[in-house]
Amino acid sequence: MNSLLSAVSVAVVCLITLLVGGLGLRLSRATSDFYVAGRTVSPRLNASAIGGEYLSAASFLGVAGLIYDRGVDMLWLPVGYTVGYLVLLVVVAAPMRRSGAYTLPDFAEARLGSRRIRLASSVLVVGIGWLYLIPQFHGASLTLTLVTGAPDWLGGLIVMVVIGLAVGAGGMRSITFVQAVQYWLKLTALAIPAFVLLAIWFRQGAPAPVTTTAWASPFAAGGVDSHPLYWTWSTLIALCLGTMGLPHVLVRFYTNPDGIGARRTTVTVIALLGFFYLLPPVYAVLGRGYLPTLPASVRSDSIVLQLPATVLPGLAGQILTAMLAGGAFAAFLSTASGLAMSVTGVLDQELLRPGLARATGGDASEIGGFRVSAVLAVIIPYLLSRVTAPLGLATTVGLAFTVAAATFAPLLMLGVWWRGLSRWGAAAGLATGAGGAIGAMALSIVGGPYDGWLGALLSAPAMWCVPLAALVTVVVSVATPGSIPSGTARIMVRLHTPERVALARSRLRD
Amino acid sequence: MSGTFHLPTAAVTAGLMLLVLGVVWLLRRGRRKGFISEVDKATYSTLHTASKASAHLADGLTAEGAERAARHLLAILGAEALAVCDGSGILAWHGAGESHRREAFGHAAQVRDTGRTAVISTITCADPNCPLRAAVSAPVVSEGLVVGTITAYTTDPSPGLARATEEVAGWVSTQVALAELARTRTRAMEAELRALRAQISPHFIYNSLAAIASFVRTDPDRARELLLDFADFTRYALRTGGAFTTLAEELRNVERYLVLEQARFGDRLAIALLVAPEVLPVQVPYLAVQPLVENAVRHGLADKVGTGHVTITAVDRGAYAEIAIEDDGAGADPEQIRRILDGAHSRDSVGLGNVDARLRQVYGDDFGLVVETAPGAGTKVTFRIPKFAPAAHAPTGSRS
Repeated sequence: MNSLLSAVSVAVVCLITLLVGGLGLRLSRATSDFYVAGRTVSPRLNASAIGGEYLSAASFLGVAGLIYDRGVDMLWLPVGYTVGYLVLLVVVAAPMRRSGAYTLPDFAEARLGSRRIRLASSVLVVGIGWLYLIPQFHGASLTLTLVTGAPDWLGGLIVMVVIGLAVGAGGMRSITFVQAVQYWLKLTALAIPAFVLLAIWFRQGAPAPVTTTAWASPFAAGGVDSHPLYWTWSTLIALCLGTMGLPHVLVRFYTNPDGIGARRTTVTVIALLGFFYLLPPVYAVLGRGYLPTLPASVRSDSIVLQLPATVLPGLAGQILTAMLAGGAFAAFLSTASGLAMSVTGVLDQELLRPGLARATGGDASEIGGFRVSAVLAVIIPYLLSRVTAPLGLATTVGLAFTVAAATFAPLLMLGVWWRGLSRWGAAAGLATGAGGAIGAMALSIVGGPYDGWLGALLSAPAMWCVPLAALVTVVVSVATPGSIPSGTARIMVRLHTPERVALARSRLRD
Repeated sequence: MSGTFHLPTAAVTAGLMLLVLGVVWLLRRGRRKGFISEVDKATYSTLHTASKASAHLADGLTAEGAERAARHLLAILGAEALAVCDGSGILAWHGAGESHRREAFGHAAQVRDTGRTAVISTITCADPNCPLRAAVSAPVVSEGLVVGTITAYTTDPSPGLARATEEVAGWVSTQVALAELARTRTRAMEAELRALRAQISPHFIYNSLAAIASFVRTDPDRARELLLDFADFTRYALRTGGAFTTLAEELRNVERYLVLEQARFGDRLAIALLVAPEVLPVQVPYLAVQPLVENAVRHGLADKVGTGHVTITAVDRGAYAEIAIEDDGAGADPEQIRRILDGAHSRDSVGLGNVDARLRQVYGDDFGLVVETAPGAGTKVTFRIPKFAPAAHAPTGSRS
């Protein structure tokens, strides 16, 4: 009975996603009173859409799982996810919007005028996107197996097929409204069970959660890691700076009519995310109370899904579980579709199409190339998710954030705020950041786990990787002033002049 | 052990591979450099230096470019120092005796006056070790005028240096002429773009005013609204801003246009507009949509009994925005449309060829208009705009 309800709710969420992705524009109004100004996307709607796309499996299941498993130190994770938007707002949101670039490779090209750096950024975008997609597939498999007993590979496969179809059919990213609804859907699916469970908890006399000292006290030795303070700082840096380098986040900012709209959107996003992240700790603490130990075969990521049935046996618990499962699938689908769309776009435009055009002498059909890219964009991370051992949803997402923070954060921040950035400097910074972050990750996965400081440095490399990449960028830029792009001053004016100021330049031209 | 990852083995293998790669690279590099005679080498190195200098002279004689080029020019001449002046002052000094920089413009005065190469042997210096004792100055000539001078300073001038300076000045003259040519070409392209730009149809102005006149007595309020729309429309169409605008602005203007047309046609004209809000901030060439809509209205309603439908859609296609204008009117012979797009003049579809030419000029040949039509089957005109095009930026905020 339980599995039936949950399966139905998962199926409904998938079906809605497919339908909306396929029908697309037909849902929008077709009337004669079409005043354009009324149709621009308001910052509030756009912020909901960003929230819908941003809150992934890691937020919906992973954060609660980590707090449940490792203790109060993990409360910093939601802080980091949210503060990332603050950094984005303060440092790059409005200038990026004014730059006219639509993707990170676009920005690299506009700012540095170099096709090679554009190509390097494209490869990184694809890599980060895939890294971020892997936990979405893991999460889907885990959820489906837990609530319906389906085989392990099925959940990820369903998400992959749905996303592949939606993106290949023309892309559901364009539909701001759909992603906005996804945010509220996820919030509702997480909030209602949380309040019901909290009410029951109060009625049962609020039993205290079963914890250890290491769980309950901050930065306790022997808790998370051998160097919890370092680990926390490093993770915070990765999350704060990584947000601006995620491919699917940036795209949304162009839907805003101007830089002011972009800033307003970010403020609203912070409020929406802050509200959402109040809920996972509730599940973690309740989990400590009702399920102090998990069976060895069950991962802590599933704590959110297990809680209702434990607290509230019977039909009510099943309904809540089905609700959570549906919400979780909404989280996987919305994030994965945004990511897959970004990755598909970059794959198609930068890597696949030039190759296809060369191979066929320019005869390849465009749609064909796009569909091939869409398939590649989802199938490779799915296969990777099958061969890699699940590290924990929030941990894998953290890795994607780390790579983004070590590569794009220095490029964006220096690119927006420093006119001395040279092409060689940017290239060296990207290479250092990517090499450091990916190298550390690979070492700790392949050779690890290591103990002591080595283990801490390798498992959370953002603390040294990001400053190192920034330093290399600056030093190489200073050493190679000859490769500072010649149009730098002009681009800087573009990036930093508010839209309302009519530049004298624009009038002189006529 | 099989199937597991043995770290030391992997490290050794990787190291060996790198070593092999390095050796191969060194070998190939050595081979590339061998077997060139000394004379060839000198020629190549001079040509190479000259090509480096020419990159900096691409904008003509500018202070920044001259500063960078002076180093390479000095290397070619082999003098002690080199000064580059234009008609009003010194642009660049490279080499020894920086203290003479101020005098360089004066040294070249004779050359500017006569236009001939001159040897200056009257350089005095308080420093006995200063290597600058004489100079050779040669003119940089563009279109028959002396636009600058190149002065080479040395301890003891030789006829060879005089000849070399003259030749280098001649070479710089060529570069300046090339830069002038490039500027002229840019200006010509801008002029062409301006000429291609706004072409408001005179029929439209006449018809709009006539339609407004018909409302002045019966519905003065509506007439006033229409006049304001007309004023806004003409302000937009005749504005002196940049060549680009946002799709939102462009569609707003299309809307004004449609309000005026509906005043004229009333219920005979039905319009549907389906615009994805995501594409509204995309930069489009100014007046790219309106002429196509005007065509659709004209052809959609011509010789038609009953209501004509015009549909305007704008969709997000990832890296592109796709804009389509469709009517269910008489359609046209595809052959005729092809001729219009090939540049044949037609009084019937001024806008079509114009918009097509401008789109191709800005975004390249992949981004022209796509027209689907047949006699009696209506017409659909589609085009794509890349959301990011480095060449195309609207001057943000100019709304004059």
